Amino acid sequence: MMLKQAAKKALGLTSRQSTPWSVGIFRSYHENVIDHYDNPRNVGSFDKNDPNVGTGLVGAPACGDVMKLQIKVDEKTGQIVDARFKTFGCGSAIASSSVATEWVKGKAMEDVLTIKNTEIAKHLSLPPVKLHCSMLAEDAIKAAVKDYKEKRVKTNGAAAAGETTQA
Amino acid sequence: MASKVISATIRRTLTNPHGAFSRCRHLSTAAAATAVNYEDESILMKGVRISGRPLYLDMQATTPIDPRVFDAMNDSTIHEYGNPHSRTHMYGWEAENAVEVARIQVAKLIEASPKEIIFMSGATEANNTAVKGVMHFYRDTKKHVITTQTEHKCVLDSCRHLQQEGFEVTYLPVKTDGLVDLEMLKEAIRPDTGLVSIMAVNNEIGVVQPMEEIGRICKEHNVPFHTDAAQAIGKIPVDVKKWNVALMSMSAHKIYGPKGVGALYVRRRPRIRLEPLMNGGGQERGLRSGTGATQQIVGFGAACELAMKEMEYDEKWIKGLQERLLNGIREKLDGVVVNGSMDSRYVGNLNLSFAYVEGESLLMGLKEVAVSSGSACTSASLEPSYVLRALGVDEDMAHTSIRFGIGRFTTKEEIDKAVELTVKQVEKLREMSPLYEMVKEGIDIKNIQWSQH
Repeated sequence: MMLKQAAKKALGLTSRQSTPWSVGIFRSYHENVIDHYDNPRNVGSFDKNDPNVGTGLVGAPACGDVMKLQIKVDEKTGQIVDARFKTFGCGSAIASSSVATEWVKGKAMEDVLTIKNTEIAKHLSLPPVKLHCSMLAEDAIKAAVKDYKEKRVKTNGAAAAGETTQA
Repeated sequence: MASKVISATIRRTLTNPHGAFSRCRHLSTAAAATAVNYEDESILMKGVRISGRPLYLDMQATTPIDPRVFDAMNDSTIHEYGNPHSRTHMYGWEAENAVEVARIQVAKLIEASPKEIIFMSGATEANNTAVKGVMHFYRDTKKHVITTQTEHKCVLDSCRHLQQEGFEVTYLPVKTDGLVDLEMLKEAIRPDTGLVSIMAVNNEIGVVQPMEEIGRICKEHNVPFHTDAAQAIGKIPVDVKKWNVALMSMSAHKIYGPKGVGALYVRRRPRIRLEPLMNGGGQERGLRSGTGATQQIVGFGAACELAMKEMEYDEKWIKGLQERLLNGIREKLDGVVVNGSMDSRYVGNLNLSFAYVEGESLLMGLKEVAVSSGSACTSASLEPSYVLRALGVDEDMAHTSIRFGIGRFTTKEEIDKAVELTVKQVEKLREMSPLYEMVKEGIDIKNIQWSQH
């Protein structure tokens, strides 16, 4: 009897369910990352030349990460009404930028500048090696806001110049 | 008594329809691939849920064991359990006989004499022994090693180790198609060059180096030629005399054999000397002490014999599948680049770059296909593959490569499914890619000033 059991074990004929998948596996994707990858929110583009749109383009193809984040701002209230993103990067980068577009919607521009990469990383349970993805997402938000502000200055400046020449 | 019980157990489980083996059969890849069935067979692994097991298209990493090889090993494991170096009784003689039969089988595959085959634990050990062993033996007169930038890590790391000991190493660059420039090789050879090490078939891009020409150059200059042929034996015709190699590393698990065994071919005429890495009782001609793993060696021998018989058929089958894969993808997608020479290539390796799509995100989407990538994100150091960089591939393209490995057991259905999944994922990721958008608008990506960290 014992010998039979031993024989079975030796030949690997025992039930396969004894392999513990969850034990000792590091570097697994958090389900939030997979969710954002499978069902990405807010993928797309706005018209760059629309004065209500700010575009942030950060990263470099050489590094393997490029993020483009666009925000549509209501000029009267200064609130971000809509956001879109496009990313060339790994699953964590896509998820970070997708999360960034979700979090900026409905907030005032000054508020979104306080979004930190550590919050994005925590939400997605990013491992240390992927923290730079969340850093890039934070940079993208800041770049988009900066671009919008620069655009406003230009259009205001042009309007003012137009007024002075008219007058 | 024990063997009777064991063989009865095997007989019972093999005939038992509900035994473990039949459970394995339910999970065969080809069947699972074509029938998507989420209810019962879905597997949750690393946060990803997939239906059934993924298609295995990573033959360069390792190959599934051929059932015929397993049969040979099985018998040997149970009955030939003696130590092959025991001289005094039948158990030792039987095991030694099994090892010698395997030795002949391996030698036949590479047109060598059985006396020139030294069994080791794998190609990594064989590479280490060859590179370090030769240079240490001739350390008084020879101080220089030549190798290429696209070698396997174990060769490169052994050379790095030699550099720390005071030797000099030349890492030859390769052309954009992955082949070595023979003129550069000739110029690099010095009077004190002790070894030239160039792999026959590259594991990442699959290019086949011009072995006969390199062998001729080494013979002219009287320099020993070592080659890492782990990906080559059993797949392309190998002849150690024609190639003029002095040392050749081989691995079993790349040719449908077991893991944990390999061999080093060490030429006897003219003799190449080397210092062993493993000291001990002087087994394997004093070059690799330690009890041989009889079962593994028997498996290796059986795999070599099968490879010899089936090489031609395998090549035809795999070539058809490779064309099916490449044409299937190229029909539906543009911006697909094959990395490495298309002419001088092993048919079972297809390394593709998909422009404007990043490798790790593509792998994440291809969860039902087991492939590998040369992208930075999949390596721990965030650096793209050094092989692709040596080819001179643009950095952004190096991030986008996927390596498909096709083998003896790959089926047409698996290839078709892989094509379908790849095309779907690439299209989805290109929709998400700002680079693709820019290209569509007519912006030249190379001229943009990127704000990197």
